Amino acid sequence: MNTKKNLVVIGNGMVGQHFLAQLVASPIKDEYNITTFCEESRVAYDRVHLSAFFSGKTAEDLSLVEVNFFEQHGIHLLLGDKAAKIDRATKTITSALGHTVSYDKLVLATGSFPFVPPVPGHDRPQCLVYRTIEDLEAIATAANKSKVGVVVGGGLLGLEAAKALKDLGLKTHVVEFAPRLMAVQLDEAGGALLRNKIEQLGVTVHTNRNTQLITDGEECLNKMCFADGEELETDIILFSAGIRPRDDIARDCKLEVGARGGIVIDNQCKTSDPDIYAIGECALWNNMIYGLVAPGYAMARTVVADLAHQSASFMGADMSTKLKLMGVDVASIGDAHAKTPGALIYTYQNGELEIYKRLVVSPDKKNLLGAVLVGDASSYSTLLQYCLNGIQLPAQPDSLILPSLSAEPAGLGPDALPNTAQICSCYDVSKGDICQAVAAGCHTVGALKAETKAGSGCGGCAALVKSVLNSELAKQGVEVNTDLCEHFAYTRQELFTLIKVEKIRTFDDLLDKHGKGLGCEICKPTVASILASNWNDFILKTEHAPLQDTNDAFLANIQKDGTYSVVPRIAGGEITPDKLIVLGQIGKKYQLYTKITGGQRVDLFGARVEQLPLIWKELIDAGFESGHAYGKSLRTVKSCVGSNWCRYGVDDSVGLAIELENRYKGLRSPHKIKFAVSGCTRECAEAQGKDIGVIATETGWSLYVCGNGGMKPRHADLFATSLDKATLIKYIDRFLSFYIQTADRLQRTSVWMENMAGGLDHLKEVIINDSLGLCDQLEAQMQHVVDTYQCEWKSTLEDEAKLKRFRPFVNSAQSDPSIEFIEERGQIRPAEPSPQKHFKMVEVA
Amino acid sequence: MTQWQTLCNLDDLPADSGICALIDELQIALFYVAKMQTVFALHNYDPFAKAHVLSRGIIGDVNGDPVVASPIYKQHFKLTTGECIEDTSVKIASYPVRINNQHIEIKLTHG
Repeated sequence: MNTKKNLVVIGNGMVGQHFLAQLVASPIKDEYNITTFCEESRVAYDRVHLSAFFSGKTAEDLSLVEVNFFEQHGIHLLLGDKAAKIDRATKTITSALGHTVSYDKLVLATGSFPFVPPVPGHDRPQCLVYRTIEDLEAIATAANKSKVGVVVGGGLLGLEAAKALKDLGLKTHVVEFAPRLMAVQLDEAGGALLRNKIEQLGVTVHTNRNTQLITDGEECLNKMCFADGEELETDIILFSAGIRPRDDIARDCKLEVGARGGIVIDNQCKTSDPDIYAIGECALWNNMIYGLVAPGYAMARTVVADLAHQSASFMGADMSTKLKLMGVDVASIGDAHAKTPGALIYTYQNGELEIYKRLVVSPDKKNLLGAVLVGDASSYSTLLQYCLNGIQLPAQPDSLILPSLSAEPAGLGPDALPNTAQICSCYDVSKGDICQAVAAGCHTVGALKAETKAGSGCGGCAALVKSVLNSELAKQGVEVNTDLCEHFAYTRQELFTLIKVEKIRTFDDLLDKHGKGLGCEICKPTVASILASNWNDFILKTEHAPLQDTNDAFLANIQKDGTYSVVPRIAGGEITPDKLIVLGQIGKKYQLYTKITGGQRVDLFGARVEQLPLIWKELIDAGFESGHAYGKSLRTVKSCVGSNWCRYGVDDSVGLAIELENRYKGLRSPHKIKFAVSGCTRECAEAQGKDIGVIATETGWSLYVCGNGGMKPRHADLFATSLDKATLIKYIDRFLSFYIQTADRLQRTSVWMENMAGGLDHLKEVIINDSLGLCDQLEAQMQHVVDTYQCEWKSTLEDEAKLKRFRPFVNSAQSDPSIEFIEERGQIRPAEPSPQKHFKMVEVA
Repeated sequence: MTQWQTLCNLDDLPADSGICALIDELQIALFYVAKMQTVFALHNYDPFAKAHVLSRGIIGDVNGDPVVASPIYKQHFKLTTGECIEDTSVKIASYPVRINNQHIEIKLTHG
């Protein structure tokens, strides 16, 4: 018999889904049968980053629901069905499709709808809103036949929408009723600077404009007529003039609603019916509708706690925001408009760099009440901590926004923060939570992210998370030793610089100048790799050979029994029948085990050292070259068959894959690097699981970076879109050079990027906008490596002296008698070793 | 009764790396550390990997002790004694070896 109570959630948006995620993580989940209505055809997705849909992210990318979430937790999902009516007397809900669901507890998370001003003509063709993925699809369709687009509303969401129209290639306008952009968050000077910056990007801004009529246009589909007599012709009109709570279903069942809409809730998020809660943008708390996601999440957590009979209250939320609008940093904290009586104001404006900062300080100069930042929001997290935690300001508060003339930034040390200080507002992670995780063994930013989720939302707190981490590690006496090994008191990055700047060409020279001892298996291959990245000498040159790991030393991959595997390059996975036959013949002749690799090539196993030169001689004669499967270097560029054959192919993925593989082959790097190229968004080459992924679209190549498979798979991040081939290669050159110069030893691109202060955004600044002024040098370094490529096997075979290393014994021509194979499935495999046999002569003298 | 026997010449040994010699079925890894101008000899067998591979490891030092790191799982063995640094209960055989008139000579005691 089922004794569980029924809990129903109406709405599966961001807040509804956050509620479910919190609920299933709580022990009370077992007390309820859970049902959720989802009116849209898709489950919850990230509306905050909706504009990413136009820069290549798919609906799946934006999804906030883990695969199988509903099945796994036994949640009954009514997808594409709308809750139509609540009967509070019988405690039942009737859906639009006629389902009836009864509830003991009900959570309303119906969200909001975009407000469309009741202007005559507001429902004309191509007059759209910006809220759902369907809306975006309609916008994209309309954009295909349009030249001009107007966004009505110059707030946060309106500017996001304007970016989307701009990305779609339209001549874009923003029409705002108020005298400035982002009137809620910014003061006049901040709004003016933002406007200036946005106009520089080619978006025309109209303020103080009151739209009175939308009618037929002459040049365009529509014409907007303003109160001041001006007119504006446009094909598309996007309304983004604020939101209205969706409270119809609550009104119909006589729950209390506010005079201007919104379902009235108390501090426990209960409506006027104690069995019904409301959360998110449909809820009205203390006469406020919160149009941000973080307060909605806080409400969701409050309801879960209340259901669990824990005392919890929603007591309002901080509305501070920081975001990047069309590449412009904008932030607003607390009382940005200085409404507090007697508040003091400090401003800093830099016309040249287009930076505006304003502090609002309490009359006694002790506390920060609010702030506005435009053009440079780097001090946001410090200022937010001052404001939220009532930390006493320095004697001269303006020192917090004035450009620092010393190198030391005017930051707030993590030790000044109380344990309750919220560090990550997206996931409500406090300083105390981070300290606890560090104490439990999370000693890297990556580990902290995985454990606490801190910094994995908007990323605004990443720098602060890192400084709390470092301070905690130092306090616990965990020495953050970044030395490469006991022989070099430098990081890999520092060694790279030393080698480059001092033009050091050999390990011994580096050891004499900057190290001690004999070196080891850590520093020798690392230095060999750095030398190769810089000078690209033959890796088996006499002075370099002893530095190489056995794989590099023998140009093959050592296996458990001491034999090697051979992997010739098959660029892009394209191979002629003749070459396939050669591989088969060689496999047969040398009795090798053959297997197809995950990188679209053929691996030949079981080769003895003395066979390697013989095998490679035959391979090179047949036109093969070294595959570098043995190196910390580019492995393969995987590709789908692409537009030459595939009926869906948009571009020639095989051709590009071959070109990329040939460009970067032999490049030595901190870890192995994998690429893939897909010819269309069906993504058969799995490019989004690679360090470098390229996907063909109708408008050019999309570049993804920092993905990987392996122990901790990571989806790649979209880096740039609509690239022509020359730009694509330029970005990859810069990206790889920067990675090679700055990553730690054995650090994949994903971890490198995640540990970088500023993360993906910083990386884009460096690679795309050349914010460090490095790009010329990065490109030159890559070009040098490309120009000095040699097939390492070809060079080896040409040098008698090098071939001596491939003799199994210095004093005998016999092959290694300890290597034994047995047969399995028609091929060889290593026999299990028999220890006694090999130990029969041990321990002498 | 034991005698020094010649394995090869000094110039057969690559500096700061290893090479393998065979006597009957015994594989002997020879390492020439150029800075010390010294040759070391260990049994070529890696007891962790259960394979004859130590001559192909990278040589270096751990706190001043010259070592070879196994090319398979990277355990360190002292070149002087054959002791494993990570697991002191493991010790592989080491052999007396000398450079005599540019010849590399080893002395084996059959136990």
